[in-house]
Amino acid sequence: MSVADFAFYAFALIVLVGGLFTVVSRHPVHSVLWLITAFIGATGLFVLLGAEFIAMLLMIVYVGAVAVLFLFVVMMLDVDFAALRAGMAEYLPIGLLIGVILLMELGMIYGVWQFADGAEAARAAVTPPLEQVENTAALGMLIYDDYILLFQLAGLILLVAMIGAIVLTLHHRPNIKRQNVVAQMHRDPASSIELKDVKPGQGL
Amino acid sequence: MVGLEHYLSLAAGLFVIGIFGLFLNRKNVIILLMSVELMLLSVNINLIAFSRFLGDSVGQVFTLFVLTVAAAEASIGLAILVSFFRNRGSIDVEDVNVMKG
Repeated sequence: MSVADFAFYAFALIVLVGGLFTVVSRHPVHSVLWLITAFIGATGLFVLLGAEFIAMLLMIVYVGAVAVLFLFVVMMLDVDFAALRAGMAEYLPIGLLIGVILLMELGMIYGVWQFADGAEAARAAVTPPLEQVENTAALGMLIYDDYILLFQLAGLILLVAMIGAIVLTLHHRPNIKRQNVVAQMHRDPASSIELKDVKPGQGL
Repeated sequence: MVGLEHYLSLAAGLFVIGIFGLFLNRKNVIILLMSVELMLLSVNINLIAFSRFLGDSVGQVFTLFVLTVAAAEASIGLAILVSFFRNRGSIDVEDVNVMKG
């Protein structure tokens, strides 16, 4: 067994264990941490497959942003997580049954699977040899050349998602005093200061 | 020698774990979203593996788009979750069936 094979099995184990414990963990914070473990394992697999750019993107976007977002929401919401786990044993058998059936179906597909005859010729963008163009540059040429429209649309999706998330979570509380800078700056001494002649011993 | 089948089996296992998680955590929306993320990750592993073993870079471009949509989905889902929790004080899926506006 070569080093690459050993690395594959190690990362595959990390991914599967991470995924499993994400699903069965007692507390959502542990789930998020196991999710991060699974993503790190997948990053290693992507590096093994020669997709370094996607691997680093996974690390930055998923581990750096999405997982932290999950962690943030889990910690911010004051939820009784024990109550949410109440019916868990009830759904365990049906979940296992459907999982096993689906796994068997996928196994049957993989048993009889092969590339089509024309698959090699039908490739849309043949990966250049690594000695000539490295992965990130090859992907960049593809994205900014052939898939520029899809790339822009992906940016649009992110923009819409950002606006949507802000609109959904932003709400103004009505009975809170806020600073109104314009009103402050437009006050003048004539309307806001009044001089009184206070007589001694009487007060106002 | 690790071949394409190894990666496909791994992705299938991860996908099934994701579906198992959907059934197991039927009430907790946060873990449901995490299960969906796991399923999308398995799809990404499939795409990258095919890209590598067929020698076609387009698989990696598609992975990029799946990644984009997954990030957008997670942010919108969590935003809905936060605003739902603010209104109902719970994130139980059973409570989501009352659409009173």
